Amino acid sequence: MAYMTDRKRAEGMGSAKSGTEHHWHMMVSSVALAILVPLFIFTFGRILGAPYEEVVAYFGRPFPAIVAALTVVVSFLHFKNGVQVLIEDYVHGTMRKVLIIAMICLSYAAAGTGLFAIARLAF
Amino acid sequence: MADVNRGNRPLSPHLSIYRPQWTSVTSILTRITGNALLLASILIVWWFLAASYGPEYFETANAVLTSWFGDLVLFGSLWAVWYHLLAGLRHLYWDSGHGFELDVAEKLAYGVVGGSLVLTILTALVL
Repeated sequence: MAYMTDRKRAEGMGSAKSGTEHHWHMMVSSVALAILVPLFIFTFGRILGAPYEEVVAYFGRPFPAIVAALTVVVSFLHFKNGVQVLIEDYVHGTMRKVLIIAMICLSYAAAGTGLFAIARLAF
Repeated sequence: MADVNRGNRPLSPHLSIYRPQWTSVTSILTRITGNALLLASILIVWWFLAASYGPEYFETANAVLTSWFGDLVLFGSLWAVWYHLLAGLRHLYWDSGHGFELDVAEKLAYGVVGGSLVLTILTALVL
């Protein structure tokens, strides 16, 4: 017992058996977003409202494009797991499954769409 | 059977019973801001998609994002994202096993609300 880590003792507990992984994912993605989101606010915020040619040139540069791509992907993965807890708290039965599946699909679709659009803009 | 009285049993006290406190309100706001950010996120992804199509579609999306409606959503989301970020840092601090004393928890709540307002105004001034 003395040699077991806290994580090892928590893994596989609870009714879903996957709460530890869920929590760890939220922690990792929140640390990543704590860095990415301020960078995105100031890069995206600077160019929003500019004409088309300037926007294309701006996201042709590596830094704004990489920040935008990472922010969109990590945000939607973070949202996917966050909204799951929201749904689990307030919705029950079949509707709970329907909503969770819909939100997972929406999250991956938005992340994929954003990634494609930024890549197409950048290249 | 165990399920005979389902639905008619007394419930343990929940949100409506308790007086709102800084700690509880800031916790609820964390959830509301995090999920409400979906709207701005979808708008921003749509803006990128439109920009990747070309100038015409870009004009449409750009007009929506820079309209009064877009301004309202994006400015509200600017506060929401700063708030959610600070509240998330507070969660990471709690996860490290610190900050559970009542006075510390209350101070963290003031910090999250005050900090998010200050950061929102500063960002609006800089951008």
